Amino acid sequence: MSLWQFILQNHVEMLQLTLEHLWMVGCSTVLAVVIGIPLGILITRWPRLNKPILGSANIIQTIPSLALFGFLLPAPWIGARADRLAILALTLYALLPLIRNTYVGIRGVDRSVVEAGRGMGMTGSQLLWQVELPLALGVIIAGVRVATVISVGLATIAAAIGAGGLGEYIFRGLAMVNNQVILAGAIPAALMALVADTGLGWLEKRMAH
Amino acid sequence: MPDPAPASQRTGTATARENPGAAVDFRATSYRLENGRELLHDLNLEVQRGETLVLLGRSGCGKTTTLKLINRLLIATSGEVFVEGRSLGEWDVIRLRRGIGYVIQDVGLFPHFTIEKNIGLVPKIEGWSTERIHHRVEELMKLTGLDSQIGSRYPHELSGGQRQRVGVARALAADPPILLMDEPFGALDPLTRAELQKEFSALQRRLKKSVVFVTHDLREALMLGDRIALMDAGRLVTILTPDEFMESQEPLVSAYMAAFFANPSKKERS
Repeated sequence: MSLWQFILQNHVEMLQLTLEHLWMVGCSTVLAVVIGIPLGILITRWPRLNKPILGSANIIQTIPSLALFGFLLPAPWIGARADRLAILALTLYALLPLIRNTYVGIRGVDRSVVEAGRGMGMTGSQLLWQVELPLALGVIIAGVRVATVISVGLATIAAAIGAGGLGEYIFRGLAMVNNQVILAGAIPAALMALVADTGLGWLEKRMAH
Repeated sequence: MPDPAPASQRTGTATARENPGAAVDFRATSYRLENGRELLHDLNLEVQRGETLVLLGRSGCGKTTTLKLINRLLIATSGEVFVEGRSLGEWDVIRLRRGIGYVIQDVGLFPHFTIEKNIGLVPKIEGWSTERIHHRVEELMKLTGLDSQIGSRYPHELSGGQRQRVGVARALAADPPILLMDEPFGALDPLTRAELQKEFSALQRRLKKSVVFVTHDLREALMLGDRIALMDAGRLVTILTPDEFMESQEPLVSAYMAAFFANPSKKERS
């Protein structure tokens, strides 16, 4: 059976798995943005928190993904459903690039621009919303881009804990020693990563100053 | 209250010791870094209303530190600074800064704002109406010799001279009584610099702001200053009018004059 035949026969299931994959990646990226960007801003204001926060995010990053899925299993509510668990794990992984890029982006704003703003009597929040965040946006979006691409890849592993997604095909193909089935999972996942990368890359360029 | 500076430091058009009318008044002000290094030592200095006071000195002598103590970008570690007769501690720092125009060498224009938005920034955060801001921006662009066509452009599309004009226009936007200028023309080519100096001098004759102008360029100091405060290694050496400066026997002043006349650049001859 060729890959093409496989896709034709299973297109409904494939669509279903793709949507599950998108759901996990989308939810976790949104959550990571909502948590990571404020944390990144926080550590530009409170340099003392810099080490503990970036350090924790770094440590999370070093935990092997399968192990992290396993660690989270006993968690209440979260552990009850595999997709919740996968979303939480993916969110944790996506935090580091978001916190770091927000921090680096804001710190990288031209000092003379920030000082001119302060010297003219802008308040802290005016400076943040009108100057620092807009000027850091390119770098922050670069962080979202990295996080998204990583998530698309990592989400395939979520199938191991029964969260579904395109990883289903990859694991099934591995078990069946069938390359076609593996490719039916891997190719859409790769395409998804490529589209996210290109789209966010375009956005990043538009936002860079 | 510590004693004001000895009389020897108060030559020139120095005025009475207690002067509530001074735009800016430093009293025994020092600034020390956390590591203990003193950048400014026991400064006593008054800036009169409507005068241009030039802070002259080599790099690292405390000129910029002095300037930043006025708009509280730095806070004096001892002594006091008065602005418009009120101690800095009594000022709301945001109010204070909005009443002080600030121009720096790197200009610090917001790269993501159009020229019009850059100039209108302080009026905007002060809550002026859009119409009033627009009006004011046009007026300022005319005043600083900017073509109103460039209002919709972005800073990177402008020449260095134009950007610095925008910097001056932006500082003047809310009509602040005090203007702080930190080597505003330092990064410009000699011709543009001379042009802007001349225009600023004419502008200041009309506007009569209280200006504190930092420079290491003696020519600029002599041309723009009503008084020149010479600084060295964190201390105020002397305050002189440009005429007095040319005559002074003070060793450091003579050194400046000697360096100035020994190396006349091409633009001095023309």
